[in-house]
Amino acid sequence: MNENWTLFKRNLRDFWQTFRRNKLGLLGGFLVLTAILAATFAPLLSPYKPTEVIRDANGRGLTFAPPSIHAPLGTDDAGRDIWSQLIYGARISLSVGFLAGFIAMFVGSLFGILAGYFGGRVDNLLMRVTDVLLVIPDLPLMLVLVATLRQMDLHISPLVVLIAVIGLLYWTSTARLIRSQVLTIKERQFVARSRAIGAGHGHIIRRHILPQIMPLIVANTVLIISTAILVESGLAFLGLGDPTQPSWGAMLNFAFDRSAVTNGAWWFYLPPGFAIVWVTLGCVLLGNVLEEMLNPRLTAHHLEGNQNMIAIKKQGDE
Amino acid sequence: MTGQPLLSVRQLTTEFQLADKQVARALEDVSFDVLPGQTIGLVGESGCGKTTTLMSIMRLLPASGRIVAGHVYFKGTDLFALSEREMRLHRWKDMSIVFQGAMNALNPVMKIDDQIREAILLHNLMPREAAEKRVGELLETVGIPHARRDQYPHQYSGGMRQRGMIAMALACSPDLLFADEPTTALDVMIQAQVLELLKQIQKNLGLAIVLVTHDLGVIAEMCDAVVVMYGGKVAEYGPAELVYNQPQHPYTQRLLESFPDLSRSIEPSAGSPRRDALSEGQDLATIPGTPPRLNALPPGCRFSPRCHKSMEICTRVGPDLVDMAAPDSGARHLAACHLLTGMEITDL
Repeated sequence: MNENWTLFKRNLRDFWQTFRRNKLGLLGGFLVLTAILAATFAPLLSPYKPTEVIRDANGRGLTFAPPSIHAPLGTDDAGRDIWSQLIYGARISLSVGFLAGFIAMFVGSLFGILAGYFGGRVDNLLMRVTDVLLVIPDLPLMLVLVATLRQMDLHISPLVVLIAVIGLLYWTSTARLIRSQVLTIKERQFVARSRAIGAGHGHIIRRHILPQIMPLIVANTVLIISTAILVESGLAFLGLGDPTQPSWGAMLNFAFDRSAVTNGAWWFYLPPGFAIVWVTLGCVLLGNVLEEMLNPRLTAHHLEGNQNMIAIKKQGDE
Repeated sequence: MTGQPLLSVRQLTTEFQLADKQVARALEDVSFDVLPGQTIGLVGESGCGKTTTLMSIMRLLPASGRIVAGHVYFKGTDLFALSEREMRLHRWKDMSIVFQGAMNALNPVMKIDDQIREAILLHNLMPREAAEKRVGELLETVGIPHARRDQYPHQYSGGMRQRGMIAMALACSPDLLFADEPTTALDVMIQAQVLELLKQIQKNLGLAIVLVTHDLGVIAEMCDAVVVMYGGKVAEYGPAELVYNQPQHPYTQRLLESFPDLSRSIEPSAGSPRRDALSEGQDLATIPGTPPRLNALPPGCRFSPRCHKSMEICTRVGPDLVDMAAPDSGARHLAACHLLTGMEITDL
């Protein structure tokens, strides 16, 4: 156990050494990390409650007020602070994004591994289900699903509905990706060897297949999260979010509803849009860099080979 | 030949399903015995069914492969009658494999000692601490330094990987070891080391080895008995010295002629075909043509299209195995060739 821990620490350190040399990856990490920090420490970072109406000396609400000392990013039509909504909105957008992303990743990996590993009829069945989901246009399907689920009066929070719908629809590309990787891994001889030592399917998947595709899963999760955040914003903008909770999409929805654009209240719609770009860009950069770094074909022994070559060359030069 | 065989293969026939509903018969009527502590060699060209034989015995054929007929008895147990779950218990504990190409058979992202421990723990043979000790002993047996046990396969040299693979194969103290071309892709020095190791292990642990190889020199040096395979059938089967010195099947003869052998004495021995070839100052002989495609086997004897002694009957009827050993020798030396049956008839 202790040995594993030191190994883990060493791997982590090696990982960081490579990671910090990658500027785009660092930028992505910074963008995502700031968003997460903002969401975590929202009460400390926001001067008002997101639903609180800011009033002037006469007790009248400051509606459509441009950025000022009282409200750093101005106020909306009801006189609520945009900055505070933005910070609290990060909580909603990120939690929906992360949870939906994890669900999608879980379902996708499960489908991909089972289909790829067992092949034959299992593969056919799972992949046809995937195909069906793949050919239905996402957005209309989600609109219908979310709207229907709400109509059913199930007393579930609209956020949970959003998370479930996004999570259970966005795993298709992941499943196909994982499946193709599993297909190549299961033909490798060490899988045959582990069958020869008497291992069952569960053991082979756990010990031999999963560690090989884990990097792919990690990198893909980050990318899926960005998609999930975008989709959540889209649905919330269309009014399918939780109206009582200020997510970034919901803010855009309000801004659109209350004619912020025609009123010239740019501080109402630009910040949430910018925040969405901030997080999704961060996730995409981070995901791409992780994928590049964790790709088994681009790691350890190849680099080591290069270093050896360099060392040999240096010796030769001397 | 005394005692009950450890492994008996009887009329093993295996087919592979190809695309467009074609069937390739990779093995047909393959039979041989392995006695406890014996080394038996499986020789033949690529694609003649050597590896398929091993995989059929272990029931590890890929999804397209199917055992059509035959039986495999291990210590009297019919392996083909077992459920998959029961079969899993036999694998590695009773018989293990040293795979062709150790690099591919080792998981690149698992440390060597973890991979060796995996088999032990999988069969619940001993608690974790004991397994730890056992891994140390195994690696010592195959000569891998203690300091390198927790390294990854890519940090090992080719020979070390193969030795690691052998250590893994010994992990559960099997009675039978299949070595599937254990020396391919190794340089000559390392080949010798690996073979020496196998010999030593066999001497110390008394296990039986089925050695698959192209290398007839290895057979001569290590094996008690030889099975020569051609096109999925047994061409010749018998004690190593008989097969080597008095090959009966034209294929075995040509195979021996085409192989340079430095370990054999120079003195010409009458009747040895390869001596004739060399004494005439010829280059090493080659067998013209290629092994038959298993989905388009020639009618009659499978070797007939390439055989220098082919007769009319060979292209029509497949020959049966006949025992060519001297009646009082107590050994069995089987070969499948019409020339031999003809001889028998003339003898009568």
